[in-house]
Amino acid sequence: MKVQVYVTLKPGVLDPQGKAIHHALEGLGFSGVSDVRAGRFIELEVADEVSDADLDAMCAKLLANTVIENYRIERA
Amino acid sequence: MKTAVIVFPGSNCDRDMAVALERVSGRAPAMVWHRETELPDGTEFIALPGGFSYGDYLRSGAMAARSPILRSVADAAGRGVPVLGVCNGFQVLTEAGLLPGALMRNAGLNFVCRTVPLKVENNQSLFTSGYSAGEVIDIPVAHHDGNYFADAETLDRIEGEGRVAFRYAAPVNGSARDIAGVLNNSGNVLGMMPHPERAIDAAHGGTDGLRLFEAALGALV
Repeated sequence: MKVQVYVTLKPGVLDPQGKAIHHALEGLGFSGVSDVRAGRFIELEVADEVSDADLDAMCAKLLANTVIENYRIERA
Repeated sequence: MKTAVIVFPGSNCDRDMAVALERVSGRAPAMVWHRETELPDGTEFIALPGGFSYGDYLRSGAMAARSPILRSVADAAGRGVPVLGVCNGFQVLTEAGLLPGALMRNAGLNFVCRTVPLKVENNQSLFTSGYSAGEVIDIPVAHHDGNYFADAETLDRIEGEGRVAFRYAAPVNGSARDIAGVLNNSGNVLGMMPHPERAIDAAHGGTDGLRLFEAALGALV
């Protein structure tokens, strides 16, 4: 089974990378973008018996740094 | 005095750290590979060196913080053994939860590589007792992810507890409150982005880093 994990910076944590992407978009002439925040997408192939609690622990212990990041888990 | 330098794949300041420890302690440190599960018996001082452990995969320091040897390092830290993490070593210590906060991409997105003035905020610690309070020292930095972040409550707490060891005298990387080095609650773990091991010989351009090693290792004699 595929599991998709989305890791995003917490609100309020400055994202210099997102800001640079935003500037680059403006430089390309795209208007109407008010903010950009960059995150990380991780896809796991896991056995069916892997529980939601296991997945949550994987995110909390390694895939995300919960000091600065939130995560969302989706089973595909 | 038995010291140890932890070596990860991608560490690149491990030998500089070894030179500094040997010069001050008179004895070469044990170079301990990340796959080891135990530190050498009687290790009295542990250094986590700079570099790009595991290629900075996932996040700087994230993989190293979960490597087998880190359990022994955490145990030793808990027993009061001094642990110094420099640059990537600081990132590893925050990722391992041994120090608060996180080190994010520099605010200017640039790799910063130059000697910077650092203010000694706390000279009462094991590592900083060779400096005077408020003294400004010159230590090189070389990093891409040195932008210290912690929530306001954590920042207030560590400031109140005197756990900010060093502060940049002028902004370098966007760090919250210009924090450059942080101590743990017991004061035996120090993480700092600047490289004291690169300032121990006049040929380096300065020797302000030497007093950190002299203080920390001297206290153990």
